Amino acid sequence: MLELMAGPVLTFTDRGIYCPAGDFHIDPWRPVDRALITHGHADHARWGHRAYLATDGAAPVIRMRLGDIALETIAYGTTRQIGDARVSFHPAGHVPGSAQIRVEVAGEIWVVSGDYKTVDDGLSEPFVPVPCHAFITECTFGLPVFRWPDPAQIAAEINGWWTANVAAGRFSLLGAYSLGKAQRLLAALDPAVAPILTHGAIENTNAVLRNQGYALPDTIRVTPELKPKDHPGALVLAPPSALGTSWAKRFTPASDAFASGWMALRGVRRRRAADRGFVVSDHADWAGLNTAISETGAERVFVTHGYTAQFRQWLESQGYDAGIVETDYSGEELDSTEDVVEAP
Amino acid sequence: MQRFADLFTALDQTTSTKAKVTALAGYFREAPDADRLWTIALLSGRRPKRTITTTRLREWAAERAGLPLWLFEASYDVVGDLAETIALILPPPARTVERSLTDWIAWLKSLAALEEPDRKPEILAAWDSLPGPQRFVFNKLITGGFRMGVSRKLMTRALAAATDIDEARLAHRLMGDWTPETTSFSELVLSDDPADDLSRPYPFYLAYQLDDPPENLGDPSDWRAEWKWDGIRGQLIRRDGQLHIWSRGEELMTDRFPELRATLDHMPDGTVLDGELLAWDHEAARPMPFNALQRRIGRKSVPKKLLAEAPVVLRAYDLLEWQGSDLRAAPFADRRARLDALLDALPADAGIQPSPLVPFDSWEALAATRETARDANAEGLMLKRAASPYLAGRKKGDWWKWKVAPLVIDAVMIYAQAGHGRRANLYTDFTFAVWKGDELVPFTKAYSGLTDAEFRQITAWVRKNTLERFGPVRRVPPEHVFEIAFEGIQRSARHKSGVALRFPRMSRWRHDKPAAEANSFDDLQAMLATYG
Ligand SMILES: [Zn+2]
Ligand SMILES: [Zn+2]
Repeated sequence: MLELMAGPVLTFTDRGIYCPAGDFHIDPWRPVDRALITHGHADHARWGHRAYLATDGAAPVIRMRLGDIALETIAYGTTRQIGDARVSFHPAGHVPGSAQIRVEVAGEIWVVSGDYKTVDDGLSEPFVPVPCHAFITECTFGLPVFRWPDPAQIAAEINGWWTANVAAGRFSLLGAYSLGKAQRLLAALDPAVAPILTHGAIENTNAVLRNQGYALPDTIRVTPELKPKDHPGALVLAPPSALGTSWAKRFTPASDAFASGWMALRGVRRRRAADRGFVVSDHADWAGLNTAISETGAERVFVTHGYTAQFRQWLESQGYDAGIVETDYSGEELDSTEDVVEAP
Repeated sequence: MQRFADLFTALDQTTSTKAKVTALAGYFREAPDADRLWTIALLSGRRPKRTITTTRLREWAAERAGLPLWLFEASYDVVGDLAETIALILPPPARTVERSLTDWIAWLKSLAALEEPDRKPEILAAWDSLPGPQRFVFNKLITGGFRMGVSRKLMTRALAAATDIDEARLAHRLMGDWTPETTSFSELVLSDDPADDLSRPYPFYLAYQLDDPPENLGDPSDWRAEWKWDGIRGQLIRRDGQLHIWSRGEELMTDRFPELRATLDHMPDGTVLDGELLAWDHEAARPMPFNALQRRIGRKSVPKKLLAEAPVVLRAYDLLEWQGSDLRAAPFADRRARLDALLDALPADAGIQPSPLVPFDSWEALAATRETARDANAEGLMLKRAASPYLAGRKKGDWWKWKVAPLVIDAVMIYAQAGHGRRANLYTDFTFAVWKGDELVPFTKAYSGLTDAEFRQITAWVRKNTLERFGPVRRVPPEHVFEIAFEGIQRSARHKSGVALRFPRMSRWRHDKPAAEANSFDDLQAMLATYG
């Protein structure tokens, strides 16, 4: 009775997820007074809010992307009172510094997952299930055909492909998001094979993360002056949209590849017409989503972006009270051009 | 099957023709005879008979994965490929067992002898013994839909490299209705007796689309023109008192066209014609619309009524064999002259007519003639160099299709649906409408013609502007106008709008046009009256 009178902990508005008790938004897509940010990807951390709150780990990249903003930081697991709400941030395993946000009002707990994955990528702080009454989850890969291979196997495949290219006198062009995916791949590469070159958009993020203490192998920034032939057999890491452009043409001959969860689908691999597609995602696969949701103990689940209709129906069939929330989040977009727009 | 699955993966992982041929040639050098024969068979569209319905496969896979059937179907909608969906959705194998490709196919055939309920444990055990790529290939075998991104031409080239046999000769040996059960690798590929199969057709010579102005082809007197028909390309073979009709897809269709049997009485042995099979309106002396022909090819035996409603003729345009000798090296003009002499001697009701040459003395005049193609129910013109030999496969230079410009209409997009397979993460299937007063009447769907960048742009817009969802379909605001190009228009009772378009696609995104300026239902009706 009391809960009903108090209203829901979080509501869904055309600006984003809103907490009436604390008068703040989480990952809003239109300007608001107070924004709590799960992580630095552009669909979650947007420009134009009066005040920002994010984890210590996520803040440097958010600053790099959004410039001079009023950004306060918070450590994982620390509780802060905002109005009548108690708020804390917990690792989401998505990218370095990424968080789920726990909001507690009058004993009722809701958790906004942001984007997350449950496998340990060797770089991001691993996902921690947070018990709650209601869980707001993404479902980018919310169909049972998505099952991520063992990261060690993928690392071996990528290093094997690279080694074969070196032997054949080719460069290896690998397309990956500039925040998260790229660094996670760097951490999995075997630097003994050959030098690693990086696109400016990726190297900017690398610099910020190295500065925070994340361990990344040595890389060389691709500048207009760089002479590809000085780096035979190099692996060139670039945002997906830079592959196939004149920027990438200077590295010939080359074998090209993409790293994305979408590469699990043969049809998508073929449409990209790349030589190889490696199945690497920073989002949870089917099993990951199901385990994460079940471990929260939540009875109510809201799905935000991805295969929402199908995933909601599945959750209903599993006994959850599930709903779909329309948001402006975009999941893992193989075809995003955002990275290059931000390149210097 | 490891070796075959590795081949499949190697072919799938590269877009380079050279790399594909290398991988395939390597396989053809190393694989045992039985496996390479099956590989040739699979790559040329000869598949083992299906012993299990896809309905059962879906049920069993869903059950094995512990998922409701609707979720399996929803996944299939996204993946777009049944074999792949099953391979992805099943739990990883418990233990792996190695069997050759040929063994698996033999096993598959042995299932036919079992009752359906007894096939289930066999299939489940097979699934549980195959790792990822092999499981996918295995599913391709049992569902019967084998495509490996390798054309016949590439396969033949690789086989030629592996066996040192001339490519054209190999292409001819591989034609016809052999199966791995009726021949062996050495008999089919290595044996030097090409006359052993009397029904064997020649590889078809295919033309490219002409995009440059015809003036670039040189002196018009070196060229011949014919109408380009919208029918089914076919080869008619008479050898040893027998008639065989092959489609370009290498399907033996003799029995589907009983009206062509009369040919046997009038044509000598050792004759092979190349032409177009068309449903023919004898009164108007022009082809019927394509769907009349479609009614005919959809069935193996033809009822009398249909035979009368949609009679088929072969409009012949080439003579490949005459008196038992292969004429393909002779110039087109000579082959054509002999063809005309042969057809001249046939009675009018033999079901074979010449596809007449279209006379012209300048490219300009021919361009004007091309504009009248729709009046003749043709798609445009074919240009053939008078001196050209009859080559195998799609080759540039001597033969060109010169299609008439498509019909176009500006329409408003009102529904969007995500694509499957290649385009699972993009909105690519759209429904278009035209104005009837201030109401929008949907009249066609289209899903091709835009660039990848345009599909990405419209996908982002659809995601942000969904008004309503009906399962996978989203209703969007009527804001975007697209030019829809199509090859023909017909009255159709099956479509709510009363019209059906042939080959509709998006030819242009009209960023310049507000929705209110799209075409109207009256415009569509006027097109139907003119071209229908
Ligand atoms: Zn993200
Ligand atoms: Zn996101």
